[in-house]
Amino acid sequence: MKASRRYQIFVHVAAVLVAIVILAPFAWMLTASVSDPTSLITRPYHWIPRHWDFSRYTQIFQGKGQDVAGAFRQSVINSTIVATGTVVISMGVGIFGAYAFAMLRFRFRRLTMMIFLTTYMLPPIALLVPLYLIMSSLGLLDSDLGLIIIYCSYVTPFVLWILSNYFLTIPAELEEAARVDGCSRMGALFRIILPAARPGLFATIMFAFLLAWDEFLYALIFTSTSVSKTIPVAIADFTGRYSTDFGLVAAGGLIASVPPVLLAIAFQRFVVGGLSAGAVKG
Amino acid sequence: MAITRTRNIDAPPGPPGGGGGRSRRPAGQGRLAALLLLPAGIVVFGIIVYPVLRTVLISFFNVDSAVATSTPFVGIRNYTDIVGNSDFWSTMGRTLYFTVVSTGFELLLGLGLALLMNAPLRARWLLRAIVVLPWALPTVVNGAMWRGVLNAQYGSLNALLTQLHLISDYRSWLGTPASALNMLVVADVWKTTPLVAFFLLTGLQSVPREIHESARVDGAGAVRTFWSITAPLLIPSVAVVLILRTIEAFKVFDLVYILTGGGPANGTQTIAYFTYVQAFSDQRFGYGSALADVIVVCILVLSAVYLRALRRNEMSLI
Amino acid sequence: MKLPVHNAPEDRMLPSRRVILIGGLAAGATALLSACSVTGASQQKGGSGSGSGVVNALFMQQAGYTTSDVTAMTAAFEKQNPNIKIKPVFVAYEALHDKIVTAAAAGTYDVVLIDVIWPAEFGNKSIVADLTSRYPADWQSSMLGGALITAEYDKKYFGVPWGVDTKFFYYNKALLAKAGVDPATLGTWSGVLDAARTLKKTGTVKYPLAWSWSQAEAIMCDYAQLVGAFGGTFLDASGKLALNQGGAVDALRWMRQTIVDGLTNPASTTFLEQDVEKTMNNAQAAMGINWTYYLGSSNTPANSKVVGQIGVLQTPAGPTGKRPGVNGSMALSVSAGSKNQDAAWKYVEWLTSEAQLDKYAKEALPIWKTSYTTPSVVQSSPETFAAAAKQLDDLIVRPQVVNYNGISKIIQVELQNALLGNKTAQAALDDAVKSAAPLMAG
Repeated sequence: MKASRRYQIFVHVAAVLVAIVILAPFAWMLTASVSDPTSLITRPYHWIPRHWDFSRYTQIFQGKGQDVAGAFRQSVINSTIVATGTVVISMGVGIFGAYAFAMLRFRFRRLTMMIFLTTYMLPPIALLVPLYLIMSSLGLLDSDLGLIIIYCSYVTPFVLWILSNYFLTIPAELEEAARVDGCSRMGALFRIILPAARPGLFATIMFAFLLAWDEFLYALIFTSTSVSKTIPVAIADFTGRYSTDFGLVAAGGLIASVPPVLLAIAFQRFVVGGLSAGAVKG
Repeated sequence: MAITRTRNIDAPPGPPGGGGGRSRRPAGQGRLAALLLLPAGIVVFGIIVYPVLRTVLISFFNVDSAVATSTPFVGIRNYTDIVGNSDFWSTMGRTLYFTVVSTGFELLLGLGLALLMNAPLRARWLLRAIVVLPWALPTVVNGAMWRGVLNAQYGSLNALLTQLHLISDYRSWLGTPASALNMLVVADVWKTTPLVAFFLLTGLQSVPREIHESARVDGAGAVRTFWSITAPLLIPSVAVVLILRTIEAFKVFDLVYILTGGGPANGTQTIAYFTYVQAFSDQRFGYGSALADVIVVCILVLSAVYLRALRRNEMSLI
Repeated sequence: MKLPVHNAPEDRMLPSRRVILIGGLAAGATALLSACSVTGASQQKGGSGSGSGVVNALFMQQAGYTTSDVTAMTAAFEKQNPNIKIKPVFVAYEALHDKIVTAAAAGTYDVVLIDVIWPAEFGNKSIVADLTSRYPADWQSSMLGGALITAEYDKKYFGVPWGVDTKFFYYNKALLAKAGVDPATLGTWSGVLDAARTLKKTGTVKYPLAWSWSQAEAIMCDYAQLVGAFGGTFLDASGKLALNQGGAVDALRWMRQTIVDGLTNPASTTFLEQDVEKTMNNAQAAMGINWTYYLGSSNTPANSKVVGQIGVLQTPAGPTGKRPGVNGSMALSVSAGSKNQDAAWKYVEWLTSEAQLDKYAKEALPIWKTSYTTPSVVQSSPETFAAAAKQLDDLIVRPQVVNYNGISKIIQVELQNALLGNKTAQAALDDAVKSAAPLMAG
């Protein structure tokens, strides 16, 4: 491996460059979120703020009721509830469906999969008005539950796809052995397959969580008060025509990224072995 | 892991005799499969079947308000209007440009990033943890962040480049249609390349080490090893990434909504944004529904093309 | 829509049954629904209600009356009317229109805040109720003329104006003094250009003018004000779009020329009002037009470096001597689908009453004539009221047409095409008139 000394240096330099390109915007948002508004528009720009200004964070954490910052804090809670609810339900139904796709033989199997996946391709715009009417007649407008129901309808196909492909990578012999030992199909699913598919499960959970955390258009139209406004809508409120402070956007944006980033870092090692393996193989 | 991928779905997955001896007959498993798929089916189709039918239906009517009481049937006029609308074609062109260029860069950069994350690095976990960050950043935040970065008056990109004396004066990055569209690509590539890289990284890891070593023993160069051994094994990952990214790029809405609002001079108006504007701002619901149907057909056709071109693995579900 | 089967070669034999099934379903649904409207809406869902109960109201946040102002006004109202409960909701301006449109079918909101450009659309499409019969007769004379027309369409009133606004001309006194420009010359646009040339020549500021010319309604507001100054009109006498003639073309040509001459910041084509605000607050532009709120912003030390340096004037006059301001008012409307219209109207009356508006005159200009002579009100912002007293008499409205939003989008794009130098002003506006023709007709 002596010959690769130069290669070693090259990859390390490249890794540092990549890290800079990724981290620089984050670092800038961080400093912008603690700079006072006037220094944000100063030229030449001061990268390190001269006056530290933590007022936006105190505003967000202490703001009350209907003001923008207070509503933002509530939106973090709403997003967490909505994303978690969506993950729980879509994983719950997705595991059984994925098992069927991966382990059972039945007619129209591939076709059924394709139909599920097609629903993922539907642009939300196409369904907005009829969905609004349904939600309204069910009294589910401006509620976390309404969003969860809608999100599940497009997160579930994704879960089915990723998870069933992952289940396919689990050696059939594992399940067979369990069945010979007297396990029922469902017993084998819970005792053998799920534990073996743990990396894929974690990766799928993360993907599903991000899909729900990220969704914007439905949330924009279906929510209106802090009862159910999710983070993307709250951030969009910050960036509107009449809002001026980029620092507040930066502070809000950083807070909005904390839960998915923590999740991503925690699950990152599963992602490598899990999600992509599942989707790719099979 | 590569060893496990050889199961053939045409062989009965369960042991013979399992399920009371009926499992060999597809009907028996079909009933179980239907039962297992029922919850997922309810969650998905219980919600969307009605809206989908409504959208298809409305696309044949002239509906100019959500509370309209007079909605004349117009047959396929909405569709012929779309085909005859030059705005639609230029929007389609931009969407294709955005899709092709952003997906292309994401694949290219993603591959490099995947190779890098697979290389023998100190603190490789740290690099992987960093790379995951942009993916976890919500799209709306990404859009707002890039709006700040690219701002013509106080954007950090202008500040950085002038302070490094790379440009002499602040520029309006979102000022011309072409430049703004390219910036949209940049914002998308920055956020999505990590996801692509993780997909490809797994593909890379499925290449058994022995193959590389034997290739090296045979005297194959790094480049040749890559093309003859690694690249073919990456094709399934590439297929998945292409389909995923094409769907997402065709549906791109929130990034445009936050970053440019479709301007300047419609230069960043993509098909999903165009549909939104037609259906909601202009209240042309029939026309908007027809547009939505056109988007779905486009995505289906593109996915089919990719699958044809890239399909190798007959047992994969997609 | 769900015929993905063609993608999977293995399943090629299977689709036919499904095609038939889905086709049959669709045909059945069509037959079922073709009898009535496909929106499922029937005539007249709304009702006047009992005059009590819950009233849902949709506001926007961050402009004019602030969230806390509205909350305070509402609390006072509920105290007076204990049998009415108000549920206010605040959304960003950008989401306001689309939210009203989507909610209309379900009748979610009883009171909605609308922009001056929407009464034609919402009135025509029965989204907001005709309030003409509820208007007291004396409002015709006691309300500012410019305000009164805000929610008027087809000789009916579809709302009560709430928060009169127009774009005033702001200039940086310190920068002008540095370049030796006398603010008295800023009464006409040619005077403004002379001042800008001097500011540029002396190196005082690189781009003296900043505008909100991004692809949004903002560019329409700036353009409307200039169209008025150059003696143009949006519509001709027969109600047709007439932007491709006379003053309307001159205005656009003039706008483009300021970019070519380096007097207007070329990044203006990406600016909204907030960018003009920041640019002027950072002393990187010496002059610009903006809404009423800007003077307050420039005097807030937390986000301005030009505290006390900004002056406000009536919008400059064009070659014709005309100087109308753009009507940028909002109005409170009652949803046509509201089942509680009496209570909703009570709330609207309260919010627009002189007593309430005078209290918050600093945030947005009142709609009542007498407010402008009430000393306590005028003193809240003497400079603005001085300019407003002159400008509010003469407001130019953007065309009151049903498909305004679609037409505005077309005009915005063509304006930008001209500003970016892709087309001449004449060609751009010719194209705008041509592409807008079908929408004007419908």
